Order: sequence, then structure tokens, then C-alpha cells
Amino acid sequence: MSDATLNKGAQPRFRSATEESPAARRIMIAIAFLGLAILVFAPLIAVFAEAFADGVAASVKSLASPDAQDAIRLTLTIAAISVPLNAAFGIAAAWFITKFDFRGKAFLITLIDLPFSVSPVVAGLCIVLMFGANSALGGWLVAQGYPIVFAMPGIILATMFVTFPFVARELIPVMIEQGRTEEEAALTLGASGWRTFWTVTLPNIRWALLYGVLLCNARAMGEFGAVAVVSGKIRGQTATMPTTIEMLYQEYLSVAAFSLAAVLALLALVTLLLKTALEIRHADQLAATHRH
Amino acid sequence: MHIEVDEISKQFGTTAALHPVSLSLPSGALVALLGPSGSGKTTLLRILGGLEFPTSGRVLFDGQDATGLTVQDRRAGFVFQSYALFRHMTVFDNIAYGLNARPRASRPAKAEIARRVTKLLDLIQLPDIGARYPSQLSGGQRQRVALARALAIEPRMLLLDEPFGALDAKVRKELRQGLRDIHDTTGLSTVFVTHDQEEAMELADLVVVMSMGRIEQIAKPQDIRARPATAFVREFITI
Repeated sequence: MSDATLNKGAQPRFRSATEESPAARRIMIAIAFLGLAILVFAPLIAVFAEAFADGVAASVKSLASPDAQDAIRLTLTIAAISVPLNAAFGIAAAWFITKFDFRGKAFLITLIDLPFSVSPVVAGLCIVLMFGANSALGGWLVAQGYPIVFAMPGIILATMFVTFPFVARELIPVMIEQGRTEEEAALTLGASGWRTFWTVTLPNIRWALLYGVLLCNARAMGEFGAVAVVSGKIRGQTATMPTTIEMLYQEYLSVAAFSLAAVLALLALVTLLLKTALEIRHADQLAATHRH
Repeated sequence: MHIEVDEISKQFGTTAALHPVSLSLPSGALVALLGPSGSGKTTLLRILGGLEFPTSGRVLFDGQDATGLTVQDRRAGFVFQSYALFRHMTVFDNIAYGLNARPRASRPAKAEIARRVTKLLDLIQLPDIGARYPSQLSGGQRQRVALARALAIEPRMLLLDEPFGALDAKVRKELRQGLRDIHDTTGLSTVFVTHDQEEAMELADLVVVMSMGRIEQIAKPQDIRARPATAFVREFITI
């Protein structure tokens, strides 16, 4: 270091092996920004621009309509029900996969990934086939007064199917990396399995769990394909925000469509802001809980 | 506490980690399980601690059958190879964990727990680190905190898996004496696993040499040096 400083000016600056030339760095950063601008920022701005095309008042008025209100309420309800359920299922799945050895483990991991590879429309059709009024099970349920398809339970099922992998996928690598020894230590200290889970396992995975839940929530609110198939898109009853946006757009009600789209985008942005705020607030904790 | 292992064997799938082994460890002794990796020493330690159950055979504590005793009921202070400190808890909370985990009826009051943790921090000669997190400690400090955490539950025995494995040579030597002192103060039956013959010979009262899931020799260090029982032992202790 001191030699390099002494010869400053006389010799070219030394560069570390993994560092690129200034020109290459600028080009790469520019490409990244350009990509983001075209793919993310421009469409987002366009959505808000379209929403406010006839002024803010027109936009607010369209959102105050009963159909829009019902759609927002339904989407938030669906997310509020399916996200906690999927968080619980995701934790359970990740726990069994990482803490125990059993036959059929690889098969279970494949099953968890299934919703990622199956088209949501196909998933929706499967639910219709299983629980539709024409199926044995669905017919019986309708006769009992509990219709699944074209009703709330069907939408929840479809949403849960599509968002199932998010939490488990986020947790599995973290739990594998952390291994079982902290849990074993808790057990040798006399803690029960349940206590070990609450005081050792859960605190160690809370950040991964938070990310998984946020991703799951974003997708649950935004899911279109599977929900469109099972919901029947009945206005005021089973039309969620994404399906309502599509219907409004098809009817050339572009201010109403884009206003609702802007609300959906805002919900997603709020989720992201929440995550960032939590990260900043708990930066010290985050650092402390990393592997020592 | 007197520990007796009676014809214990352990199979993992089709591989035998332990062929039937038997040994008797006198109460209050500091015992080393010495052997190369794959010799079954860690498996034997985990069976003593209740983290693994034997395929056949019995474990007896003070003459009582403890084979079916759960890990919680064994009350074995266990120190893990990488210490397994709870990374999201302070040192204080780590050491207090076992006391806080007790059922309400036998759980000491908060002030009593604090008093005991302070006493243990003094015992490991790190009185001022209670508020720190494990990630802020050196390797040697972590090992001593793990020891204090294991001692906090008033264990019936102390089991240590390669307690010095993750430390550099200088700290290793210091902590050896530390473990000897803590053993002598508490009088607990102590079993530690090591692959380092010098460590076993210097520290232990009794050395159990293991290889390929079998016990090669059980003797005092000086006797093992003077009269190695098998060719394996002779070769292993002269490395």
C-alpha cells in the first residue's frame, strides 16, 4: 500500500482483480437503469397518468362506486384470509422438510413447487372440475348451501394454490443453512418441542418469513388467472380488483380501470415500503442474527 | 454420576456407526472419547445426551436404566461443536434459557435467575458480556458461554462435542485448563469428544480410544502411552 502511494502518478493505479474498468461499470449501470426504466418505471407512471387523465376528481369518483368498493373489499378479505393460512402451511412444510429425514421428501418439495409450474388458469379449471356444481363433491356442497365455485371459498382456494410456494420457498434455504443444532441445544436445556419452536426456530426465520409473507401477499392481491376462472366475475359479489380492472378495461372505462389499477399498484408499493422500513429499523438485529 | 453403557449399538440405515460397545465411567471423572472421524465417538456422546437413540443396548445412570429417557429428562449439559448459541438472544438470555424453560412450578424467580447467570458469568471469567450477542464474541468466549449455558440447568453430567475444535492453538491451550478447572469445581461427570490425542492425554482422567465404531482401549493416559492395547492405538497416539 505504502509503495503504491509513494509511486502515485508515476505508475498506473492498481485495480483489484474483481473490479471492472470505469467505462465498463458506467455502461453496465446504465443498462440496468434503462431496463428498469422501460420495464418498471414507465408502465407505473403510465398507469397513474391514465388514472388521472380526466382529473383527480373523476378518478376518486370512479373508486367511490359500489363495484370498485366491493372489489377492493373482496381483494383485501381474500388476502387477509389466504396469506396467514399460507404462512402457517409454509412454515409447517419448511419445518418438516428441513428438520426431518423421511421417505418421499424430494416428492414433497416438487409438490410445493407445482403451483409455480402449473398455469394459474389450469389451476382454476382444476378447482372448477373438483368443486363445480357438476361434480359429485361440488353438487353435494351446493345442496348443503356451501357453494365453492363462483363464491368466496373458490377464490380463496385458487389464491392459496397459486401463492402456496412463496413462504415455503423462502424458508427452506434459510432453515437448511441454519441446521438443527440450535434446536437440539434448546432440547438439551429442557425446552419442549413447542417452546423450542417459538423461542428458537421462529425468531431465527422471522426475516425470511416476513419476505415470504410480503411476496405471498402481493401475489394474493394481484392474482388474475386462477381467480378469473373460479370466481365467475360476478360484480359486487365475486369480482376481485384484478378481474374488475379487466372488465372495466374491456368496457372502455379507462379512467375507472386505471384508477383501480393505481390502487392495486399502491398496495404493492406500500408492502415494499413496509419491508424496507422494517429492514432499516432492525438493521442491528438483522446483522446479529446472521450466521456467526 | 456414574455412567454405564451396556452393549450399545447404532445403525444408520445399513451402516453401523457403533458395534455393540460397553463401558463404565466412574462418577466425577473427566473422560475423553478419542478417535478419528467416523469412529462413532460423537454418536456415542449423542446417545448419552438423548439426542440419538441406540439401535440396541442400554444406558444406565447411577445403575438406573436411562435408555428411554427423553433428551429433556436426561439433564445432560451439552456443549455442541459449533456451540449452537442462540444467535438472536443476548449472552444473558442464552445462559438463562434452560432456567426459563422449566415448568412454572420449578422455575426460579427472575431475580434468582439473574443471580445464577451472574454467578456463571463469573465462573467462566467473563463477567461483563451479558448484554452482548453471540456474533459479537470471539471463538473462545463463545465456547465458554456455551459451557455456562450447559451448566445453568444444574446438569447431572457434562457432555462436550469437540469443545476445542473451532479454536486456534493458543486459545485451545488456555481453555483446556479452563475446562479442567470447571470440572474440578463442579465435580460433574464429564465426557468430551476429541480427535486430538494430545488434548485427550493432557486433559482427561480416562481415555476411551475408538475406531470404526468399536472401543479399542479404555485406560488412564499414562497407561495408554505405556501399554497400547492394539496396533491401532499405538499408531494413533504416536501421530
